[in-house]
Order: sequence, then C-alpha cells, then structure tokens
Amino acid sequence: MRDFDFVRPATISEAIAAAAGPGSAYLAGGTNLLDLMKGGITAPERIVDITRLPELNRIETLDDGGLRIGALVRNADLAHDPAFAKAYPAVAEALLSGASAQLRNAATVGGNLLQRTRCSYFYDTASACNRREPGSGCSALGGENRLHAILGWSDACIATHPSDFCVPLVALDAVVEIEGKQGRRHVTLEEFHRLPGDTPQRETVLEPGELIVAVRLPAEAASFAAHARYLKVRERTSYAFAVVSAAVALVVDGGKIRGARLALGGVAAKPWRARSAEAALLGADADEASFVRAADVALADASPSGDNAFKIELARRIVVRALISAKAGTPERIPALPASPFSSIPGVRHDA
Amino acid sequence: MTTLPLSLTVNGHHHELEVDTRVTLLDLLRERLELTGTKKGCDRGQCGACTVLVDGKRINSCLALAVSHDGAEVLTIEGVAHGEELHPVQAAFIAHDGFQCGFCTPGQIMSTLGLIAEGQAGADPERIREGLSGNICRCAAYGGIVEAVLEAQQQLARTDRRTAA
Ligand SMILES: Cc1cc2nc3c(=O)[nH]c(=O)nc-3n(C[C@H](O)[C@H](O)[C@H](O)COP(=O)(O)OP(=O)(O)OC[C@H]3O[C@@H](n4cnc5c(N)ncnc54)[C@H](O)[C@@H]3O)c2cc1C
Ligand code: SF4
Ligand code: FES
Ligand code: FES
Repeated sequence: MRDFDFVRPATISEAIAAAAGPGSAYLAGGTNLLDLMKGGITAPERIVDITRLPELNRIETLDDGGLRIGALVRNADLAHDPAFAKAYPAVAEALLSGASAQLRNAATVGGNLLQRTRCSYFYDTASACNRREPGSGCSALGGENRLHAILGWSDACIATHPSDFCVPLVALDAVVEIEGKQGRRHVTLEEFHRLPGDTPQRETVLEPGELIVAVRLPAEAASFAAHARYLKVRERTSYAFAVVSAAVALVVDGGKIRGARLALGGVAAKPWRARSAEAALLGADADEASFVRAADVALADASPSGDNAFKIELARRIVVRALISAKAGTPERIPALPASPFSSIPGVRHDA
Repeated sequence: MTTLPLSLTVNGHHHELEVDTRVTLLDLLRERLELTGTKKGCDRGQCGACTVLVDGKRINSCLALAVSHDGAEVLTIEGVAHGEELHPVQAAFIAHDGFQCGFCTPGQIMSTLGLIAEGQAGADPERIREGLSGNICRCAAYGGIVEAVLEAQQQLARTDRRTAA
C-alpha cells in the first residue's frame, strides 16, 4: 500500500478543505476503501478521516415529516433503529441483506452509496478496465460476464452497482445532501449515480472534494410502509452481492393500486428506478396479471451484455415475486434471511 | 513512512503507540502487540477470521485502519476467558463440538459475542445462522455452532438474572 497522509478534521468545513487537493479520499467505515487500496485499485495520497465529525451521525425527523440520515450513521444502527424499520421496512430489509454483521457494523450510509463496482476485472489491475483506467478497454466485454449489466450499459463499461441499500432508497425518492466549497446542494439519488456512457470513470455527480453529509427520505416515503419489500437473489442465501434484486412499495386500496414504486438492483451501473412500470401499475388491479405486465414493462429495454440473458428473465420473475410479497403485506418483523425470496414463502425454506 | 500516535485499550490494557498510517488494526494486534489469536484469513473482509469487538461491536479488523480507531477499546480472543475460567461461549462451543480449526474458531467466538450483544437472534436458529454468516470456513464444519450459541445465550441470561437478583 502506498504511503499516505492521514488527517482527522474536526468540522465539515475543515474536512472539505482537507480533501480539496487531488489524490484525497474520505475515509468512513473503510470497508470498501481499504479493500481497494490493498488491491492497488486506488492509491490516495491523503486520507481524510471523517469518522469523528460529530454532526454526521444523527437520524433526525424534519419539520415536513421527512427523515434526514447523517452520512456516518452505521448501516447496522440504521437497520436496527425500530422507528426507522417500521416506517421504511424495505430499506431496513435491504440494509440487513447486505454484506455481513461485521461489515454492517462498520459501513456507513455515505460509504454505501459510494462503494465501487464488484466487476472482477475492475478489481484485477492486470486487466483492461475503462472505469479504473479510462481508455484502456473493457475486459468484461467478451470475458466472464454472467453477472454484468442488462440495462443502461455501454460499450465502454457493462458493470453493475453493487449496493442493496440504494435500491429501495431510489424507489422512495431519496435525496443526497452534498456539501462542497460552493456550499450545500441536494441531488436526487436517481440523478446521483451516472450511467457509464463514454465516461464510466465518472460514477456519480460528486465533484472532487465534495462530501455527502446526509441522505433524506421525503415524508411520503413512509406512506408505503404497509406494503413494502426488498427481494434479493444471490448465489448463496446470505453474505453475497445481489445477482438481481427488487425493491417494491405499494399503496393498495380496495384491490386497486393507488401508489407504486419499483426499483431494481444488480442490473445496471446505478440503482434502477423502473418508472414506466410504476405508471403501468397505478390504478391497476393488485393481481398477478398486473404484476406480470409491470415486470414486462420494467425489463422492456433490457438486453444482455454478454452471457447474462438469464438475468432478464430472473429480474422479471423477481419483480413479480416482489410485487406479490408487497401486496401480501410487510411482515411484522424482517425475516431471518433478510430479502431472501426463500425465507418468506412456505414450502421452499432452504433448511427446513 | 508516515507515522502517527495512537492510544488503544486492548483487553483492558492501555497502549500508547506510534504507528504507520497504513497499518490495519489486524496487523497491529498481531505484529505489534503480539496478540496472534486474531487470525488473518482473506485480509479483505470476506472470511471473518479477523473479527474483534471495537467499543463493543464486532468488526473485521482487516478492513480497519488502526489510526482511525484512536482511543478505541478493543476486545480480542485473548481477552475473553477469565484466567483459566472459560467464557460461557467458549465452554458451550466445546460442549457442542462447535470448535473449528484454529484459524476459524477465534473469529467465530468473537462474532458470537457480538451477535449475543446485538440481541437480534434470540432462540431462532435461522437468525443465528444468518448472524454468523460473516464467518466462513473452507470446510463448512459449522455443525455444533448453533447449539453452542443457544446454550451460551441461556447460560448468560441465567448469570444476568443471578447478578440482577
Ligand atoms: C465481503 C464484502 C461483502 C459485501 N457485501 C455487500 C452486499 O451484499 N451489499 C452491499 O450493498 N454492500 C456490500 N458490501 C459493501 C459494503 O456495504 C461497503 O463496503 C460499505 O457500505 C462502504 O461503506 P464504508 O463506510 O465502509 O465506506 P468507505 O470504504 O469508508 O468509503 C467508500 C467510498 O466512499 C467515500 N466516502 C465515504 N463516505 C463519504 C462521504 N460521506 N462523502 C463522500 N465520500 C465518502 C470514500 O472516499 C470511498 O471512496 C460488501 C463489502 C465486503 C467487503
Ligand atoms: S465492465 Fe466496467 S468495470 Fe468491468 S472491466 Fe469493463 S469497464 Fe471495467
Ligand atoms: S481476514 Fe478479515 S475478514 Fe478475512
Ligand atoms: S474450520 Fe477452519 S477452514 Fe473449516
């Protein structure tokens, strides 16, 4: 690991000033940054440790009923906050389905948004990768790419964004609060991550040195609490990244869908909000026929980027299953295997 | 090489150190403090062998920069038993044949202590399995662990009731 300066600012403005120069990186939980530094994928010259910034570790209810989650709130603490889990069950379920208990105890809200792709060529410094080294090519094209993107990919990069947390957040209109030298600004999570296009190395709209200070959920997000699920298919039932996942939130009234939110994970370089499918659900009967139609709409633009055509069909089925689960109602308590389609459906428990 | 001062309490012992900024908590424990009970498996957050409690919470010490944990209180496997007397979790692991190889067991025990402190699993074997899924061994010999955790929890609850009474 390359030698680096280490600074521990006491205030947000000190942090932003310290990170202004090129080659600086903020350190939160370190669970992604250290991994990347050990692999030589990134080599910051200066690490700005933000873990002591006192203002950033709070969960606050705003005057308009919305929620403001500080960037340093730990993933485990947020998921286990009873009021949070009650109001935003799909978000808590997604958090608890990510990584392991040890990692969730260290990982932070801001760091989870900014974790880098798990594309294995991105991690392998001997491979060409436009995201890691612009212009070098993409080893995943024509390589081992079963798990790569089916939506929004380009010839420059076919990687996916690995976060679980971001999927229900984008469905619920979360907003990222950002602070930089120019002051504070707000960006919707939907606009926060970029699709690869010709510049896959530009992963978010953050400018160098900008700090995520909080993530906000609007008051309306809690209105879906009764019918909200996150479902995640992975290669083993826990402690693995999503092959495909779906966050679904419904308002159901008299058998009709009065509100619908849908987002997919593991399918694109960003958490994928399926707005056209939401439109197809609104006003429709809350039944399987509508769910299948919505799933078809959600995946209408999908195309394989390699050996991953199976993910299109898998995503369709996960959307349908997530909608069925959400309609049935949010469980009292998050299942023992959070977000696993196998833990909530009788007859298919893996360890019965 | 950039170094910084670091103060750390490990298993109740206070240390004032000067450390290279690049050193992880895991390497500091093993190489500097010679507490080799905490194991280095993958060194990348994937196996749980390096699990320790920091300020009461289990984390992977391989993905923690030591200097970022200035002032922290760390518990490692060496600090779990009271002299010759095993901690109930250790005793239960032995009683139920939950011990794995020397590489995996320290992390499993520390992770179990974290799981019990979190209070989320209770008597639900599936929650215990999920709660300990961050500890992965190559041979998958996890057979006795769930029983060990269940017994240790009961044992600790009995002790708590006794001390409360
Ligand atoms: C083995 C393993 C399995 C995992 N499985 C999953 C999984 O299934 N699902 C999932 O979602 N995640 C998973 N993760 C990823 C994990 O969730 C992330 O590593 C974690 O969320 C990152 O948070 P952190 O606080 O540790 O970030 P750090 O590692 O500290 O930082 C990550 C990046 O964000 C930047 N950063 C951090 N905070 C801020 C801020 N406030 N403002 C600006 N920049 C900031 C850092 O500079 C760095 O570039 C896994 C990780 C590992 C190691
Ligand atoms: S898919 Fe993207 S991240 Fe993976 S090798 Fe290609 S350019 Fe790099
Ligand atoms: S050594 Fe830390 S998780 Fe494997
Ligand atoms: S017990 Fe250590 S590898 Fe299986």
